[in-house]
Amino acid sequence: MHGFSRSLNASGPNAVNRQAGAGERVSHLQGCHGGSMGFLTTTGRAFLVFLEATGRLMLFTSLAISHCFRPPFYFRLITRQMIDIGYYSLPVVGLTALFTGMVLALQSYTGFARFQAEGAVATVVVLSITRELGPVLAGLMVAGRIGASMAAEIGTMRVTEQVDALSTLATNPFKYLVAPRLIAGLTMLPFLVLVADIIGVFGGFLIGVYRLDFNPAAYIGRTWEYLEPMDVISGLVKAGVFGFVIALMGCYHGYQSRGGAQGVGAATTNAVVSSSILILVFNYLITGLFFSR
Amino acid sequence: MSAMNYFADGTPVGTPPGTFVETPKLRLTNLHKAFGSKVVLNGLDLEVGRAESLVVIGGSGTGKSVMLKCALGLLRADSGSIQIDGEETTRLGTRDRERVMRKFGMLFQGAALFDSLPVWENVAFGLIQGQKMRRDQAKEVAVEKLAAVGLAKEVAELFPSELSGGMQKRVALARAIATQPEIIFFDEPTTGLDPIMADVINDLIIKCVKDLGATALSITHDMASARKIADRIAMIYKGKIIWHGPVSEIDNSGNPYVDQFIHGRADGPIQMEVMHP
Repeated sequence: MHGFSRSLNASGPNAVNRQAGAGERVSHLQGCHGGSMGFLTTTGRAFLVFLEATGRLMLFTSLAISHCFRPPFYFRLITRQMIDIGYYSLPVVGLTALFTGMVLALQSYTGFARFQAEGAVATVVVLSITRELGPVLAGLMVAGRIGASMAAEIGTMRVTEQVDALSTLATNPFKYLVAPRLIAGLTMLPFLVLVADIIGVFGGFLIGVYRLDFNPAAYIGRTWEYLEPMDVISGLVKAGVFGFVIALMGCYHGYQSRGGAQGVGAATTNAVVSSSILILVFNYLITGLFFSR
Repeated sequence: MSAMNYFADGTPVGTPPGTFVETPKLRLTNLHKAFGSKVVLNGLDLEVGRAESLVVIGGSGTGKSVMLKCALGLLRADSGSIQIDGEETTRLGTRDRERVMRKFGMLFQGAALFDSLPVWENVAFGLIQGQKMRRDQAKEVAVEKLAAVGLAKEVAELFPSELSGGMQKRVALARAIATQPEIIFFDEPTTGLDPIMADVINDLIIKCVKDLGATALSITHDMASARKIADRIAMIYKGKIIWHGPVSEIDNSGNPYVDQFIHGRADGPIQMEVMHP
């Protein structure tokens, strides 16, 4: 495991070194074969950079995960992160879920009314929210709120040498900064999504009953009728993965940031963009996994 | 690794400060470090004796900071050896690295205080996290250390952003000495301070290092500071130590590079990379 640590410590400067080396080799090739190799050069260089970034992320991830399971554990920090992610994200996630549930009820009613299937509104709302929209929308909102703040905080600590200061005080930055955030992300997102599921379904209920004149008892009955435990569970599994991805991207990009305010700004952008994309990718993969039959 | 007849810190009893016994406190041998094609350390050798204060002087970009970070283990040297109390530290595992880190204290150039924690928790950080001291007990020690650097008890509750630059430096010094380290590293301790505050910091450094009986390795380009806090001065140029000797000999070094540097002359063997129109 120490091998990871060492290569990570040296990753910044060495990375530049290796990239430069790759570039030189490729431009040498170009010199030999003339301009026709231009396309291959560009593709090859981009591919090498991609492989290197992937490798660095994998090392970071494995190191971070290993530190989640090794003492000392900073319970105070884990609790603080859990409150920050779980409690303070409730308003934004709750509002997102509420309006999504309401819109979903209205839109599906419009659609289903065209072939006299209005009765399916409640079912469509609950399945869409628990299986897809709850986890994905909560994930994206938290990526914007938490991923950005993690990247900015760790990035600023990085460029002001606070991360180095941690090391000199015999405290492992991975254990102190990264592990608590990963644990909090992994555990709090499912909780947030569970709340989002309930609020989203409630939003659909409000529209169904007060705008579309459904019978309240019938609406609730239809909500439960076709809902299976796996619908909710798959959403919560997604949420756990999304929470981990958000915290990982925030920490990774913050940890890699260099060069002052601009570097921290770039880290924040990269954290939000990469975690949003990864959320959408993993959403598809996990959906495929759960519904492969 | 430590030799026989030595105490845990590798020192025999009654050794006068600064004398080289068999094992220096810190020994850097043939250290190399490059970033891409830019060679920063090019076969650097340096030894710091027990309870000695060594100041490394040198211009910007000569490799001072990189040397310090390699010695601390924050950067990994490409090749060469770094020995603390005779123990090779370049290939240590995580656990051993943390053990060696407990011997260190570091004063960062920009103070590097944790801005999310109040001043006292900054000072007590190494005690609470590293030595598992109880928080209330650690707070008492922190207030004591703050007093040692001339800061009142009220400062303990403030946050780093509420302090002036000089106060931040003093808090950082208190944090560096709180765990009673055996080796303290000072990165440009007086840079960015007014001359009077710089002198206050110099005095505090001398006092703290003497009180602890610690070994000090400082890097600076402030000659007033170097003359004041050093037992011995070494000059780094292009990634190598080109001269070292007692502070009393700095004016008669016979080395044109040292002469140019300590007198701050633009003309001489050291040519700055400045484009002239």
